[in-house]
Amino acid sequence: MIEMRKIIKEFPGILANDQVSFNVNSGEIHALLGENGAGKSTLMSVLTGLYRPDGGDIYIEGKKTEFSSPKDAVNYGIGMVHQHFKLVQPFTVAENVMLSIKDLKQIYNLKEIEQQIIKQSEAFGLSIDPKAKIWQLSVGEQQRVEIIKLLLLGARVLILDEPTAVLTPQEANALYETLLKMVKNGKSVILISHKMNEVLENTDRITVLRDGKSIGTVHTKNTNEKELAKMMVGRNISDVVEKKSHRKNDKVLSLNNVSALGNNGLLKLKNISIDIYDGEILGVAGVDGNGQKELADTVAGLRMVKQGSVSFCGKDCTKSGRKKRIDLGISYVPEDRMTTGLVTDLNAYENMALKSYRKNHGAFIRWDKVRSDTDRLIQKFDVRLASTANPVKMMSGGNIQKLLLAREIDSDPKLIIAVYPMRGLDIGATDYVRRLLIEQSEKGKAVLLISEDLEDLLSMTDRIIVMHGGEIMGVVNPSETSREEIGLMMAGKRKVDLHES
Amino acid sequence: MNLKLLGNWEIKKTNSSSALKKFGISLTSIVLGLIFAGLFVLLTGKDPLKLYSEILQSSVGSAYGLSETLVEMIPLALCSLGVSLAFRMQLWNIGAEGQFYMGAFGATYFALFFSNLPILVMLPLMLVASFICGGLWALIPAIPKAYWNVNETISSLLLNYVAYFWIAYLVYGPWKDPKGNNFPLTKQFPDSATIPVFGNTRISYAIFLLLIIAIAMFFLIKYSKWGYEIRVSGSSRKAADYAGMSYVKNVLKVMFLSGAISGIAGMAEVSGVLHRLQQTISPGYGYTAILIALLARLNPISILLASFLMGGLLVGGFSLQTSGFPSSMVSMFQGSILFFVLAGEIFNNYRLVRKKA
Repeated sequence: MIEMRKIIKEFPGILANDQVSFNVNSGEIHALLGENGAGKSTLMSVLTGLYRPDGGDIYIEGKKTEFSSPKDAVNYGIGMVHQHFKLVQPFTVAENVMLSIKDLKQIYNLKEIEQQIIKQSEAFGLSIDPKAKIWQLSVGEQQRVEIIKLLLLGARVLILDEPTAVLTPQEANALYETLLKMVKNGKSVILISHKMNEVLENTDRITVLRDGKSIGTVHTKNTNEKELAKMMVGRNISDVVEKKSHRKNDKVLSLNNVSALGNNGLLKLKNISIDIYDGEILGVAGVDGNGQKELADTVAGLRMVKQGSVSFCGKDCTKSGRKKRIDLGISYVPEDRMTTGLVTDLNAYENMALKSYRKNHGAFIRWDKVRSDTDRLIQKFDVRLASTANPVKMMSGGNIQKLLLAREIDSDPKLIIAVYPMRGLDIGATDYVRRLLIEQSEKGKAVLLISEDLEDLLSMTDRIIVMHGGEIMGVVNPSETSREEIGLMMAGKRKVDLHES
Repeated sequence: MNLKLLGNWEIKKTNSSSALKKFGISLTSIVLGLIFAGLFVLLTGKDPLKLYSEILQSSVGSAYGLSETLVEMIPLALCSLGVSLAFRMQLWNIGAEGQFYMGAFGATYFALFFSNLPILVMLPLMLVASFICGGLWALIPAIPKAYWNVNETISSLLLNYVAYFWIAYLVYGPWKDPKGNNFPLTKQFPDSATIPVFGNTRISYAIFLLLIIAIAMFFLIKYSKWGYEIRVSGSSRKAADYAGMSYVKNVLKVMFLSGAISGIAGMAEVSGVLHRLQQTISPGYGYTAILIALLARLNPISILLASFLMGGLLVGGFSLQTSGFPSSMVSMFQGSILFFVLAGEIFNNYRLVRKKA
């Protein structure tokens, strides 16, 4: 139905797509699999008319086509659900759908639009109230609105960019059921993903990209995880080392009945009590936005508690701010490495001084020492960069994260808070970060690992706490729990209630 | 980015731009700005080349012209160093003009009411007074900015008018020289309250102060812990919080010092050049200083160069009146230069390349 032939797209210094060919049949779910930076998003941006290719052609139903804008692509029935939704928060579902209708009359009939939304949502199992305001909806429901928008625009090819990244396992299953209904109706779905197991379970064909090139297209039935991994990274990935517990009996950090406000002034953490021990990796599971970030900020000293107390190595530190907590030995790998963890306008060694600069005596920083320390760490942590004098924003995502981790680990902390440390990294870098954190726990350091990837949590941690709505739903042991149990708790069921019923 | 109107050319993002390239871009922008302004001169029927050579002649073409350019350069560069410090932290302090006036006010107070002090006590005292007055004036917009995130751009700007009229009140009222034929001036400062000058020029020793401050600023920004905090806070407030730097304290400190340096400029002007306080002590030094800071990309050493350039333009502007042009023509030159410099910024991050066929 759609064929892309030998697409070339070049950015300064990067060949993002190197003669990539790719085709989609009607009635199939086709996955585009690849590590970060493999060229998946670029290829789809070409298909949706966002980028113009530097070479190659697009054929739609056998006819050569050129898109000069995203509008053209929409007219050919190609639509995309981006990772970050493009919805107007204070508007209702129907009003948002209305915004994307091409030839809307000056005097429009909102009722009619609402009717159409209900029709589509019933047809594809996308239950949604057209009168609800967007901000009242969960992330999964907002995603449904995006899909309905495309359906009403007459999209025949739906492209979804990492659609399950923000969903609970249950919501993800519901989404795949919907997608299945759509392909049965003759529509096509292109799924951008780097989650291998999901792709294997839910697609018809898989095209793997690596370093901007297409490595090949396989039928999902005829392939397996090993083969795909090899195609993605070009080598065999060793299985994760079996995690042994290195937990000791010394409490590093305890939170007692801690409550804290979010940035919007609403209560985001409610009566949280946790202890973390030396050498332990404590995992935090939950759908994005259920208080994990506030929890990390509170432990790091960036957010003051409203109620309750925090103690570190037996000493109360409820009132101490960020500077004090750095001195106590709390390292923090924040979710937002580009604006919080690092200053991307500054260069690599200036970033390495971000917390250690105070250690020098006197008013000046000894940059020669900072520079030699940076060179040492870059060697040790295998950070690849063109020059330490270039702004950090010019480095690749994986190397940026390595640089940040290098700084946070080198300060010899007692506790490392890591928020989504593997997010957006490719398999190689993910593997590296995973080993690094486990290695730190072997050295007796405590790790608070907040992650959305249940596989990571199950394989790396000693205990997992599951958060929902700012509360702890329960604490589980990775060897005694299941994805289903954690999924239900992520959706708001308490562990105690689960086991009663 | 694909722009059809560029034909075979395409704008591409570049990753690096060397210091030399940046300098070249600034220089080209200035020249283009002058050419553009020249078109307007042409419209009036005058020869722009002749006009520019007149400006050049009168500003650097003679020993007197050169000395006058240096006289103008001192307040321009000091105010510009002041605002550049705040700009480093993304604090848009455009109140240098008011801070300059308040600095002059602080210095004048001691010159008028403690006139018996010896020069070695008097001048440092005036310096400290101008430093504190300028600093406090900048602290007024800084406090709401630091605690409640009130936009400092507007508040610092509006305070310029308050300072201006405060001085006007003083020189028309309580501080007016009784023997001054009713002109809005204070009486002349005693010798102990005037900064000595070089020979028979009007260049005061304040130029040493300027050089010291410029060099100190260079080291502060580049090598000191505090300068590092300022740069981090300017690039990302979140990162500053993350590193345990106090954003609130730094806003207050940076704004105070920023205003204090402009305050010193005010002292240098009344004590080194005018030897009295009067209603207009500045032809807009505090505003031109903003232009200079941007032109110099906040680099203290480049600020000295850019101030010299703008000082020359100012001196040349005074002489324009004799050729039948309003001296405010200079404002147009400045505007035109600023326009091209800002437009030229894009070439630091992008370049034009020919598309492959």
